[in-house]
Amino acid sequence: MLQQAFNGLVGGAFYALLALGLAVIFGMLGVVNLAHGAFYMLGAFGAFIALDSLGLNFWLALVVVPLALGAAGIVLERAFIRRLTPLDPLYNFLFTFGLALILQDLVKRQYGVNSQPYPRPSQLGGTVNLGLFTYPAYQVFVLGASVLVCGGVWVVLTRTRVGMIVRAATEKPELSRALGIDVGRWVTPVFGFGIALAGFAGVLAAPMRAVNPLMGSDLIITVFAVVVIGGLGSVFGSVAAGFAVGLVSALGNYYVPSLSQTLVFILMAAVLLWRPAGLFGREEAL
Amino acid sequence: MRIMGWSCGLAATGLLLAGCAGGPGGSGGKISDGKVVLAVLNDASGIYADTSGRATVEAVRMAVADYRAKYGGKAVAEKIEVEAADHQNKPEIANSKAQELYDRKKADLIVDVPTSSAAFAVATIAKNKKKVFIDVGAASTELEGKQCNKYTFHYGYNSYMLANGTGSEVTKDGLKNWYMVYPDYAFGQDMQKTFGTAIKGAGGTVVKSDPTPFPNDNFSTFLLKAPNLDPKPQVIGTMHAGGDLVNLVKQYNEYKLRDKGVRLAVGLLSLSDIHSLGPDALAGVQHTDMWYWNLDERSRAWADKFQAKTGKRPTSNMGANYSAALQYLEAVQRAGTDKPDEVVAQLEGAKIDDMFARNATIRAADHLLLHDAYLSQVKPASEVKEPWDYEKVLKTVPAAEAFQPQPDPACKL
Repeated sequence: MLQQAFNGLVGGAFYALLALGLAVIFGMLGVVNLAHGAFYMLGAFGAFIALDSLGLNFWLALVVVPLALGAAGIVLERAFIRRLTPLDPLYNFLFTFGLALILQDLVKRQYGVNSQPYPRPSQLGGTVNLGLFTYPAYQVFVLGASVLVCGGVWVVLTRTRVGMIVRAATEKPELSRALGIDVGRWVTPVFGFGIALAGFAGVLAAPMRAVNPLMGSDLIITVFAVVVIGGLGSVFGSVAAGFAVGLVSALGNYYVPSLSQTLVFILMAAVLLWRPAGLFGREEAL
Repeated sequence: MRIMGWSCGLAATGLLLAGCAGGPGGSGGKISDGKVVLAVLNDASGIYADTSGRATVEAVRMAVADYRAKYGGKAVAEKIEVEAADHQNKPEIANSKAQELYDRKKADLIVDVPTSSAAFAVATIAKNKKKVFIDVGAASTELEGKQCNKYTFHYGYNSYMLANGTGSEVTKDGLKNWYMVYPDYAFGQDMQKTFGTAIKGAGGTVVKSDPTPFPNDNFSTFLLKAPNLDPKPQVIGTMHAGGDLVNLVKQYNEYKLRDKGVRLAVGLLSLSDIHSLGPDALAGVQHTDMWYWNLDERSRAWADKFQAKTGKRPTSNMGANYSAALQYLEAVQRAGTDKPDEVVAQLEGAKIDDMFARNATIRAADHLLLHDAYLSQVKPASEVKEPWDYEKVLKTVPAAEAFQPQPDPACKL
């Protein structure tokens, strides 16, 4: 039982990382980034390409790939998102959706639909004794890395000046502008950072999940449910909801396998009935 | 009015001429539209694109070349064209593409069509239009059961062959207690049933069987559950394919279930899946294959030619499509025409021996190809001596045992 719960947390680690990126992007730019899953996929492929063609191991990929994708995100924001933001939100919605399809198809064209092999880093091949049970070291690492990154982001957001500005701009953009904070200056790096987080999750996924062009689109629907449960625009909410949804789907798989996927959406519906803005959301976001 | 009159007259003359030429001993005009068109309808970009997909078109072209080389000037089909279309695994698209291929592209044969629902759609069109359809890619036994018809053939494999090979053989081997996990859609549900029957038939027990969401990237719950079931299963039977299978196998290895005494058997495993995972991830896993490229000299010689054209080794599906196209052309040759009824008559009961099909017959009662199947095991990387040579054939399942011994009474041709 405890082991199953732990399992859920490991699954939740991916939801949390992806939802965190989505939440900061939505909060700061008001953009529902439908290409987020595609960037997660590119993260995993980035790790594969780094190893296969450049000889970069997992640890280097964990640094290089998110940086590269973050840079790509910055270019993307400058070149397209920025121009579309003043228009109806539908434009960015369609743009990111189209972008996701294009990225998927380009990867498909190059590598086919079958998964690419990616070995587990040799340092994390064993198991860890967690007292009550032993657990694969890699999974423990994934959970640790996710908690660390989410925690790190939390510390930056709450303890630093930059974090204060970003948080203020994320949660109360109008008021921040009125107080003379230059919200626009922070939009581009935040977008890049969100994309880098998706890339980071992708690299983490490569050794334990199928590296194929569809891996992101399969996951992203659940991640959107996570963000909604956590509360649109709430950074803390999306992380908490990420782990919660991981738990719910693991326990669902255990007791009622045929319902487990629906369960996440039942949870979402229940949360929305109780709190229309999500667990930690603000009403204005609606 | 005059134009109408003219065209009616022309049509009548045409019909008369065609009637004469089509008679016994007639020469020329035996081939409709002057050419034979072979159409490959399959998944060009989705989850089955690597198991069959575009490379299958190349396999069919190779069949055409081999037919030409064999008969030269005596070939009945002088002009042969190969068409390809993408059905995206969707029955409604398969439906409209099949109509287009038969009507506009003048296809005489549609071949491949993975995904059972899409295959049913094409079978119905073939029946209504009275044109030949040889399905290779779909697994459902309904193609030779409830959904069978005079113009449809099922060639290569089906879920009975997979279950009877892997399910029975692994059980007979001593792994009696099974935990089954299957994706919660038509293919998985069908496989779960046929495997359950085969396992019980061989004296085994299905301890539990769980549906999993489809698609799914996290199988840890199911894998952790396995060793704690009572009685403890000796083997996990997975009915997943593509990305789901890769996810499951990676996680199976993570949790070191093999060391905990829980083996893994895979319902349907393609060469391309082994290539994705790397042989070590699957080392020792048993599955049933309809063919293997390195089976013997004949299949290997063909695989060499295939590799020269595509840069990779053929999956069994590609080999089966080659054979299906070749045997269709052979039937045209024997019939002396591409008229569907006469070609079907030639295919029914045909004994086949080519690089793919061994000890093979097309059963006239349900149009199922009976042929030898192979129980195979994935080699560990240390035993892989050349790229793509991942399988070791443990046992040949003879044609008479590999498929349903009796035609399904639901099949009325």
